[in-house]
Amino acid sequence: MKHSAVVRVTHWITAISFVGLLVSGIAILLAHPRLYWGETGAVGTDSLIDLPLPFVLTGQSGWGRYLHFLSAWVSLLTGLVYVVSGVLTEHFRKDLLPAKADLSLTSVADVISNHLLLRRPTEDETFQYNVLQQITYLSVVFVLFPLMIWTGLAMSPAITSVVPIFVTLLGGQQSARTIHFFAAGALVLFLVVHVAMIFLAGFRSRIGAMITGNAAVRKEHA
Amino acid sequence: MSEQLTRRKLIVSGLAAAGVSGLAVARRLAARYALIPPDSGGIYGVGETLTYASQRLLMSYHSLAREFERSQISKVIPVNGPPPDNDTYQRLRAGDFQDWRLTVDGLVARPSSFSLADLKRFPSRTQITHQACEEGWSFIAEWTGVPLSYVLNLVGVSPQAKYVVFFPFDQSWDSLDMPDAWHPQTLLAYGMNGEDLPTPHGAPVRLRVARQLGYKSVKYLARITVTDTLKNIGEGLGSYSPEVGYSWYAGI
Repeated sequence: MKHSAVVRVTHWITAISFVGLLVSGIAILLAHPRLYWGETGAVGTDSLIDLPLPFVLTGQSGWGRYLHFLSAWVSLLTGLVYVVSGVLTEHFRKDLLPAKADLSLTSVADVISNHLLLRRPTEDETFQYNVLQQITYLSVVFVLFPLMIWTGLAMSPAITSVVPIFVTLLGGQQSARTIHFFAAGALVLFLVVHVAMIFLAGFRSRIGAMITGNAAVRKEHA
Repeated sequence: MSEQLTRRKLIVSGLAAAGVSGLAVARRLAARYALIPPDSGGIYGVGETLTYASQRLLMSYHSLAREFERSQISKVIPVNGPPPDNDTYQRLRAGDFQDWRLTVDGLVARPSSFSLADLKRFPSRTQITHQACEEGWSFIAEWTGVPLSYVLNLVGVSPQAKYVVFFPFDQSWDSLDMPDAWHPQTLLAYGMNGEDLPTPHGAPVRLRVARQLGYKSVKYLARITVTDTLKNIGEGLGSYSPEVGYSWYAGI
């Protein structure tokens, strides 16, 4: 499968803006590395989790928030282009929607055992997504990113003055912050596995495929 | 080939011209409708402007921040930073703020100054709202005060006014645009949780801005100025916050 130009460009812009979001998110988190549930929470109240991180109050949450919103805008606008184009070109339906047959227990188990046994993909398998990849990519695009946007907006007192259910549905402003943290954690886990799989599948050819769109793998293996 | 190149050049330069003039039009419109925050410079300013402009365009100016029940008021309310340690503030505080006056000047028809008793005589509003600190913690408290809009009407704000600037007894000055200045939940608060505003929370009077992060709710107020430009105040970035790295608009 050849990555389209839209997929390649939006992939790398998203990658850069995700790094911006992650770095700045950590900078903001370090100003108060405690998580709460409900509407409120502060030092002196019960926390849900005390992260094993230091409280850092050196002003990094200032540039952190500037960078966070700049990256969020880049990521959001890029994501919109990607999703609209993915629907119009039927990229989601053709490449990412799992076939009925692939969703059977045995075929999912097959893919999982292939992964666990660290079996390299066959040539044909390299050119289309397996069912685990499909589910993962769809979850990242249609569950985790929207959840990040939702929980992010739910922390905004201006936004929630217009749309209070953004925050009340989540159980409160601090709950939104906590879910934002865990959804970010899930995205980081995705990133780690994603990059690990790129190394396993052949770093140069996979990176090349996402830059030039040419699937050089065939020749490499021939 | 050369024909194609010419056509491509034509299209590209056409698009570039359209883009440049489009940006110019967007800038003029944005300036006209007050969609550009004072700290819009630099690369981060792009994100700030997008956030501020989209919120001002998409949101009602008068949407109300959520209000809560008495039972939800937080028992723990941390405070960042000590009260001003200058002589003026300490002297006023020692005198129970009897001599304290809030000056209101700038682009107003009737520059005035109000005592604490004056403010308490005006119609008051009490609201139980949530406040998040930019650091991440938050609390719910009840605030009582006179709506800023009442005082602005009293002094007669000029139609040229674009910002209301707040000067406290310390260096943390700030400003609001007119939508937030006229907002019904924006208070000059002198009461908290049913008592006089405690000193660590900004006595005698602090600003309350319900739709922004805590640092916009300036404590220890001394003077309010109505202006059409923020360029000659401080570093011209709209408040003390951007001078130390925090954004002017904190509706988030």
